[in-house]
Amino acid sequence: MTQKELFASGHRGCPGCGAAMATRMMLRATGDDVIVVSPTGCLETFTSMYGESCWEVPWFHGLFENAGAIASGVEAALKMQGRTDTKVVAIGGDGGTFDIGIGALSGMLERGHNVTYICYDNEAYMNTGVQRSSATTPYASTTTSPAGSHSMGKTRPKKNLAAIALAHDVPYVATASIAYPQDFMNKVKKSLTFQGSRFIHVHAPCPIGWGFDTALTVEVGRLAVETGLMPIWEAEYGEITKVRKIREVKPIEEYLKVQRRFRHLFASDAGKKELAALQELCNKNIEKMGLAGERKVTTDVS
Amino acid sequence: MRLNAGAVCAGGGSYVNKTGHWRTFIPRVDTDKCNGCGICYTYCPDSSIEIVEKTAQIDYDYCKGCGVCAHECPREAIAMEEERK
Amino acid sequence: MGKKAVIEGSMAIAIAVKQARPHVISAYPITPQTHIMEFLADFVANGELKTEYLRVDSEFSAASVAQGAVAAGSRAYTASASQGLLLMTEVLYNVAGMRLPMVLTGVNRSVGTPVNIQPDHQDTVLFRDTGMIQLYVEDAQEAYDAHVQAFRIAEDRDVLLPVLVCVDGWTISHTFEPVEVEEQEKIDAFLPPYKPLYHLDPKKPYTFGSISIDKDLMEFRYLHEEAIQGAKAKIEAIAREFEKTFGRYYGGLTQSYKTEDADIVFVAMGSIIGTLKEAVDELRAQGKKVGVLKVRSYRPFPVEEIRAALANAKVACVIDRAISIGFGAGPLTIDTQAALYGPNAPQVLPFYAGLGGKDVELKHVAEMVAKAEKAAAGEAVSAEPEYVNINWNLVS
Repeated sequence: MTQKELFASGHRGCPGCGAAMATRMMLRATGDDVIVVSPTGCLETFTSMYGESCWEVPWFHGLFENAGAIASGVEAALKMQGRTDTKVVAIGGDGGTFDIGIGALSGMLERGHNVTYICYDNEAYMNTGVQRSSATTPYASTTTSPAGSHSMGKTRPKKNLAAIALAHDVPYVATASIAYPQDFMNKVKKSLTFQGSRFIHVHAPCPIGWGFDTALTVEVGRLAVETGLMPIWEAEYGEITKVRKIREVKPIEEYLKVQRRFRHLFASDAGKKELAALQELCNKNIEKMGLAGERKVTTDVS
Repeated sequence: MRLNAGAVCAGGGSYVNKTGHWRTFIPRVDTDKCNGCGICYTYCPDSSIEIVEKTAQIDYDYCKGCGVCAHECPREAIAMEEERK
Repeated sequence: MGKKAVIEGSMAIAIAVKQARPHVISAYPITPQTHIMEFLADFVANGELKTEYLRVDSEFSAASVAQGAVAAGSRAYTASASQGLLLMTEVLYNVAGMRLPMVLTGVNRSVGTPVNIQPDHQDTVLFRDTGMIQLYVEDAQEAYDAHVQAFRIAEDRDVLLPVLVCVDGWTISHTFEPVEVEEQEKIDAFLPPYKPLYHLDPKKPYTFGSISIDKDLMEFRYLHEEAIQGAKAKIEAIAREFEKTFGRYYGGLTQSYKTEDADIVFVAMGSIIGTLKEAVDELRAQGKKVGVLKVRSYRPFPVEEIRAALANAKVACVIDRAISIGFGAGPLTIDTQAALYGPNAPQVLPFYAGLGGKDVELKHVAEMVAKAEKAAAGEAVSAEPEYVNINWNLVS
């Protein structure tokens, strides 16, 4: 049942950390013949104190904005050394991927390096104290988009990075959630079978930044999927081949209510417009991606 | 001991950092209810659960007491109790 | 013996890089560096060079790709100029701190604004405190030689630092000069394949880019400084070994030209050294005791060598091709003054010359010497920097 642990205990991640879950799952899928590259971010900070690294695989952190380029260089070097069995995987947060690292990521995808880039998306700059990123869900209150008498939080839509990755004509793009580990791990494994660049966007809730009980990380992740806010799909060679169906679609309020970052939407009637807009966003996702309908997989951790 | 050039270090050194003392609540496994399905093992962000002889075994040296395992256990075999130190 | 050919400076560099057999080259165009990358692309296209040649999305990625490759245990190379080097800055601090021995060429060009594509050192002096080694070369032959040496220096187990080879744009990069190109076997013997101390390998999983707090950050800086100070002897030794193998020596940390009995010594870096040597020959013919001290290694800075070379000089004319705006002197002047500080030091006269490609002719050198002669004779002269060949009409 259990396998050799590649993500050692003793790291400094917060209790209930979604990023740590994503990384552990990723390493279970890759196995130990892997080199991992990370940009700056929570994951980097809580795993890599000198002499107290929790990485039991070779791991490289360069800067905030260059994980795609570092991974490219690693992959190119392995090719020249004939070490092509060793897999190269990058994992970074939404700040390092959606925002500051998108240039290097785009370059990597365009050049087609044999790398799986995984973005664990916790929807803000958590390491620096919950500042909004382009991955933040609209109307979330963050420390740089705080709710107030003149503000309903973040006003702009969430960037669809998986679609941007898809536009690079890469062989494999998928979205996933830490709430569905088997699905995520299968996607990581599957990605590694493709020649070329692969991108996986994995939703990874953050108890501290989003304001929910540490026991609810998986629950909140599940609600994001079940409301249609976080569509789960995969695409091969530019075509969407699989969509995770939602058996019983839940209203967006169920997701929002358990999180402090959306508290202002329920504080008065003023938030009704935003709540309706978020519900509309989910409805559109469900319609556009065909999320409603019978789900084939039945086990709890699928 | 001389530091390594470039602050490169071996992996796995994090075990020196016993994060168990972070806990305010402690998960207790009811071994009668647990069937060793491994859901808690999969979700544990702190790599602190192992399945030994079809039962979840928690490493209290590192478990931070987040409670995800208890919340996700389909058999309600894990209960969170207040930590007494 | 190598083969002598009249080639462009960029070609000399490209050939040296090809002969170093890097596993990975990352390329991003910027004038006047572009020819180097085009020549290397040709080598790959016609099968002369087997390497992963990556056409990247920015200079930031160019430096990062090379860093990743070196961390994975391969030899890697990149080049840039001016704004492109500036964009690499954050990466280069990271490479140096991680003690990764990559080699890159800085084809010197001024920095905007105003936009200027002509040579000066404003771009590379920016890297003064990165902890990289910086070598400045005076012509195409030295550019070729220095690149071969740079990989040896960088990859030395006691050094393990990136080396930036600074080459004046146009004056060296785009000028055709006779260059002796060595045989590949001889280069291979001089420069064996890269054997990393640490590299990314699942068999021995290392963590690169770790966090250091107050308990050891200063200690890591100590080791970095220790390594670059130790590199002084290596730079000299490798230059001498190169001389023994190939018969050419352009200096290690510095090179003295007719300084032994000189009252007036020019201190400078880069292609201006050629002009200065020529001027010195002419002035010597007029009976003037002048010489040139080429600073080849800007970092590590050759404090002892400068002191020794100027021990008997009365005046040191330091020529800066960059300006430390707000200080009132150029970076080379500031460092030279600091190196010379103490009793019996020669008087230092600072000059800005060749900024943004401004011409420096023999007559300008003669003017500098005229001022220095007054100082040498005990006359009071201004210690303020002179702007050589400035057009006063444009500033008054």
